[in-house]
Amino acid sequence: MKASFFARPELSLRWVAVWRRNWLVWRRLAIPSILGNLADPLIMLFGLGYGLGALLGEMGGTSYFGFLAAGIAASATMYAATFESLFSAFSRMHVQRTWEAIVNAPMTLDDVLAGEWAWAATKALAAGGCILVIVAAFGYATPWRAISALPVIVLLGLAFAALGLAVNALANGYDFFSYYMTIVLTPMLMLSGVFFPIEQLPGPVQAAAKVLPLYHGIALVRPLLLGGLPGAVWLHLAVIGAYAIVGFYLALILTRRRLLK
Amino acid sequence: MSVLSVRGLRKSYGALEVVAGVELEIEPGECFGLLGPNGAGKTTTLKLCLGLIEPDAGTIELLGEPVPRRAREARTRVGVVPQFDNLDPDFTATENLLVYARYFGLSGERMRERVPRLLEFAGLGARADARINTLSGGMKRRLTLARGLVNDPQLVVMDEPTTGLDPQARHLIWERLRRLTAEGKTLLLTTHFMEEAERLCHRLAIMDKGRIVVQGTPRALIAEHIEPQVVEVHGQGSEAWMQAARAHCARVERAGDTVFCYAADVAPVLKSLAGQSELAYLHRPANLEDVFLKLTGRDLRD
Repeated sequence: MKASFFARPELSLRWVAVWRRNWLVWRRLAIPSILGNLADPLIMLFGLGYGLGALLGEMGGTSYFGFLAAGIAASATMYAATFESLFSAFSRMHVQRTWEAIVNAPMTLDDVLAGEWAWAATKALAAGGCILVIVAAFGYATPWRAISALPVIVLLGLAFAALGLAVNALANGYDFFSYYMTIVLTPMLMLSGVFFPIEQLPGPVQAAAKVLPLYHGIALVRPLLLGGLPGAVWLHLAVIGAYAIVGFYLALILTRRRLLK
Repeated sequence: MSVLSVRGLRKSYGALEVVAGVELEIEPGECFGLLGPNGAGKTTTLKLCLGLIEPDAGTIELLGEPVPRRAREARTRVGVVPQFDNLDPDFTATENLLVYARYFGLSGERMRERVPRLLEFAGLGARADARINTLSGGMKRRLTLARGLVNDPQLVVMDEPTTGLDPQARHLIWERLRRLTAEGKTLLLTTHFMEEAERLCHRLAIMDKGRIVVQGTPRALIAEHIEPQVVEVHGQGSEAWMQAARAHCARVERAGDTVFCYAADVAPVLKSLAGQSELAYLHRPANLEDVFLKLTGRDLRD
């Protein structure tokens, strides 16, 4: 790999034009897109929250629905960021050659990637935010508590969008993404405390779970929604932030290697 | 000052040297053609000149800016029409131009005025609100050309602007490109249509295996590198006839069962064909394609 692939990002404010391009496309399909993104997490939240919740009674000192709410908000954010940065970004990069057209203008590949990163995080915020609205509407969190969780949702969106863009840079087709989804994201969903407290897991598995960004997201969102103050706030934020920043840098290197040959 | 100045440009992929020491000088207001068979290094040369990839060696100056260091600044005054259509399928014709203009930092009232004029120029005035997938190949290419003009560029770089188009669509593109040169814009295009190069380009360079084999005006290249008259002969017995024809021609070439005779005076050749009813022939003046084939050979490039 050439040294120039590792160079600092060369950004201009015109990355916003990439974000706006995606926004303009999405605006027309907004309603079906939101419904499509929310159907899955809402089915999980209501199905498991009420169905399984009726059997379980309480979990972690609260109703199961209330416990699950934070996990679903965080995982919906993860999936929305991932889908946008994998499938949609791959279409624009490889199938439609949209990125190729953009870099013929006075734009760098770094601008394009920054725009895509911010865009995927925006969609993730929309998904996570909608879940929070619904959780608050059903009385499982006060509106202020739901709002206090938004910064974490933003950061989680940036982290998973960055990781998704890095995976995108390695993809040779849409099939490639199913590996990432099943080998990385599904285990993460099980290990990060979405459905049950991770204290249920054996010690070594718990230790492994603590390196996952989703775990740290839920460790923040859950107490925020339930009315407590999360412990080790800065540690959790730092881990998610590190995933976001290191992930984006990795995505830059890999995308430059792929497209700037 | 030249619009584009390239010295000693080199680029390798593994052991393959795709661009092997290219020198180019493009003057303001001219239409310059880069010709070459597939894989000659034309597209790579363009990408290097635009600063999209880094050269291994050599210097590039585009509109006074060193490339790739200040490629972004240079590209604000360049329009690009890529080889593959990459119009945005999610947008209408108008939206494609408006969205693309934003990548140059251009928007607002000025673009709203300019976009209809660009569509008019591309002959798409009536299709302003059409979706991309409803446009024909020729319309898409014209829209891509219009998109390359959103920033009112000094230089327009086109990679095979008419490949895949039918003759009507091609002629329309040529007419528009002539208008652009009449407006004083500089054009740099790659093509493997000799007819296109001969009609449009003031000067051209023939490229093969990463090198520029020759450059000059189309007429000068024909005058300098090829005999002025050609007789193409094919049919049964052309091979036997070829042996006899060698006496009358400066140069004889064969491709399949067609024989090409090049000479300044072809009267003796035509005379020798007079009695040969099984041989079909065509007498024509030599053109750029003859020069091209002479310099790059008749072998297939895949």
